[in-house]
Parts: sequence; structure tokens; C-alpha cells
Amino acid sequence: MCLAVPAKIVSVDDNIAEVEIAGVVRKIGLDLVPEAKLHDYVLVHAGFAIQVIDEEEALKTLELFKEIMKHEIS
Amino acid sequence: MKFLKEYRDGALARDILRKIEGLSKKPVKLMEVCGTHTVAIFRHGIREVLPGNIALISGPGCPVCVTPNRHIDEAIELCRRRDVILTTFGDMMKVPGSNSSLAAEKAGGASIRIVYSTMDALDIARMNPEKEVIFFGIGFETTSPTIAAAVLQAEREGLNNFSVVGAQKLIPQAIRALLSDDEIGINGFILPGHVSAIIGVSPYEFIAGEFGIPAVVIGFEPVDILQGIYMLIKQIEEGAAKVEIQYNRGVPPAGNPHAMALLFKVFEVSDAIWRGIGTIPGTGLKLRKEYQKFDAVKKFGIKINDDREHPGCKCGDVLRGLKTPLECGLFGKACLPEHPVGACMVSVEGTCSAYYKYGKRSE
Ligand code: SF4
Repeated sequence: MCLAVPAKIVSVDDNIAEVEIAGVVRKIGLDLVPEAKLHDYVLVHAGFAIQVIDEEEALKTLELFKEIMKHEIS
Repeated sequence: MKFLKEYRDGALARDILRKIEGLSKKPVKLMEVCGTHTVAIFRHGIREVLPGNIALISGPGCPVCVTPNRHIDEAIELCRRRDVILTTFGDMMKVPGSNSSLAAEKAGGASIRIVYSTMDALDIARMNPEKEVIFFGIGFETTSPTIAAAVLQAEREGLNNFSVVGAQKLIPQAIRALLSDDEIGINGFILPGHVSAIIGVSPYEFIAGEFGIPAVVIGFEPVDILQGIYMLIKQIEEGAAKVEIQYNRGVPPAGNPHAMALLFKVFEVSDAIWRGIGTIPGTGLKLRKEYQKFDAVKKFGIKINDDREHPGCKCGDVLRGLKTPLECGLFGKACLPEHPVGACMVSVEGTCSAYYKYGKRSE
């Protein structure tokens, strides 16, 4: 039920945005993340963006973890 | 899709697994309280690949499963009215109420529409001004702000033929109830990613602070889950107890304050009945006084007096992690996904359904 998928915002019209999810364009509500902008990646749940995805954090987590792994395993 | 490939990297997953194996000494029980995690854990076979001393148990993480019959019965009463179009998420259709289900009512002619979003329910209300369009709203903190947004939108538009049956639940105090039950004995919590995307981490601080138990907010891809389990095991082996975030691309520590503000503009905290568990204080939401005109149960004066659950169904124990579905005499016999006896078998995120679907017929 709490499934949310990452999607890219391709257009914004007031509190409604169009996002692309797996090649399909869908309308979603921006009521919960008014700060979301064109081209942002958002987490979409039940027709609403619930959070803007932090790309930097995403990459940082992965890189940091890969580093730790390399370091500690070898 | 962005950040999916990286978090499904098999080689990285195997490396993390080796790290877990090297680190983990103590026998531990980790509980996930999110049905999306339950399904992801089964789908990726994570229970099977973890070392034998790490047990993953599923908690009350599926909003469909924890909805008591009372609310299903209310929705059924309402959909029997000829002036009503009931809208709900697809998962609710087959959930057995005390005497019927929404699927059975629909087959009998009731006007019930499955929607993907509360926005769809508003559209139906706009297009059918002569009907009352009721949204049967279940969900945790992830979903409830979308219901609040719909109520506010209806208010703005003066859409007087829209109302909701609210059966939403709040997670943190349910975790407190689980922790207060000595029988369960949990050593670490896999905290729900998308509930936390809304509420942030501060509502969970008591898990570490009061109960001395580690907890990590975790994402849903295999690398996320293994990485989160690694973080939990590390804390446990070091004797630490903190609330950490693994899923920080979607969960800032403060969550989504704007969504929380919308949610609590429309709703206030109440007690809630959890299927098979009973009333847990501080885990429900009710419409605030200003918005009670959107309460379908009040609007139509629905009263349910004799709701009952199937006596053989062990959903309550399954939801608290006390029993596995295999310990229910009905599992795979009288209770199957095609004709479920309890809600844990209906929802794709229910523990019984996951056990059945992923072929877990024995421990
Ligand atoms: S198998 Fe069916 S009857 Fe048994 S606990 Fe699960 S849902 Fe209830």
C-alpha cells in the first residue's frame, strides 16, 4: 500500500504535474510537495508526489557504501 | 528509472551479504512494519540468503490487513444506498467484512469504483453531482495526506457530494504497542521508507531512547534492504541503539513538514482499532470538527453494532509477529487468495498472501 515510485516531472501547471513513469505520462498532484520543480525526480504515491528525491544523497549513499565495502572486504 | 539499477546491483548485494555474515554473531529478530518491505523481502528471497541467526518477522504493516471489520461493514452499508458511488483502492474489494465484501456487493449491483488516487474520486464527484461520492480511505501516513489534500480541494470547490470513510492508521504508537508486548522480543526495527518520507525520524526516537532498540529507515530495493539490515546488525553487535536512515534519498530527517501540516489541518489523532489486535491509543485519525461534514459515516448516520471476525483466522497473531501463517489451520486450505478468510490473505502485501505467493509452505 505504501508503494511509491520515482518519477521525473515533465511539466508543471499550478498544483498538477505530469510525470513519466516507465515511459507513461501521468498527472499527479503536487499539493504535498509545492517546492517540486520541472525535471525534479519525485516519489509518487497514490497519484501524489510525496517527496522530492535527493539525487546527491542517493549517489552519496551508494558511493560511500561501495567504499566501505571495498575497504573492509579486501 | 533513476536509482533503481544501482540499488539492484547483484554484486554489491552479495558484498553486503558477506559483510553481514562476517559481523553477525547474536541470534536476532528484526521486524519490518511495512507490507511493501514484506513483499520486497519475499520477492528478492532475502530471508533465505541471510545467515541463520537473523530472523526477519513481519509486523502489522499492511493498511488493508489491519482494517477491522467495522470499517468494511460501514463501507458496505454505505454502498448499498442507491444514491452512493463508493470509491476505494482495489485492495479493499475482496476483504471480507462480517457478512459480505465490497466485491460481493459490486457483483450484486452496488456502484463501487476502484480508484488509483483520491483525485480520481474527486473527478467522479464532479461528474456525478446527483450522487454522493464516498472515498473509503485506508492507509498509513504515506496515504493520509493525499486524503487530506482531497478534502481540502473539495472544500475549496464547494464539492458537497464528496465524503470519506476514514480508516487510516498511524505507525509510531503501534510500534510502541508491539514493544510493550514482552512475548514478541524484537531486537531491531526495519522502519517503513515511505511513511517516514512524510513523518521523518523524530516520531521513532522512543524506540531507541526508551526501549534501547535500534531502528533504521530502509528503502525497498535489494541493496537498500541488505544495507539497512547491515546497519541494524552493526548497531546490535556494538550494543548501540539509534534511529538511523538508510533510505536518505527519499527520507530527509524532518520528513515532509508540508504534508504533515496538511494532514493535521484536516485530521486529528484518535485511537484506532487494529484487526485482531484491538484498540491502540494514538494510532488513528479523525476529521477535525471543521471538516466533519466530510465524514460519510456521520453524514448518513451509519451504526455498526455486531461486527465480528472469523474465529479461526489468526491475523491478529500474524500481524504482531507472534505466529507465522503456517501456524494458522486455515492457511492454504479454507483460506486462499481466491477466497480469503482474513485480510492478511487478501492484500498483496499481507503476510499470509506473501507466504502463499512465494511458496513458503513450511519453515
Ligand atoms: S491464513 Fe487466512 S485465516 Fe489464517 S491468519 Fe492468514 S488470513 Fe487469517
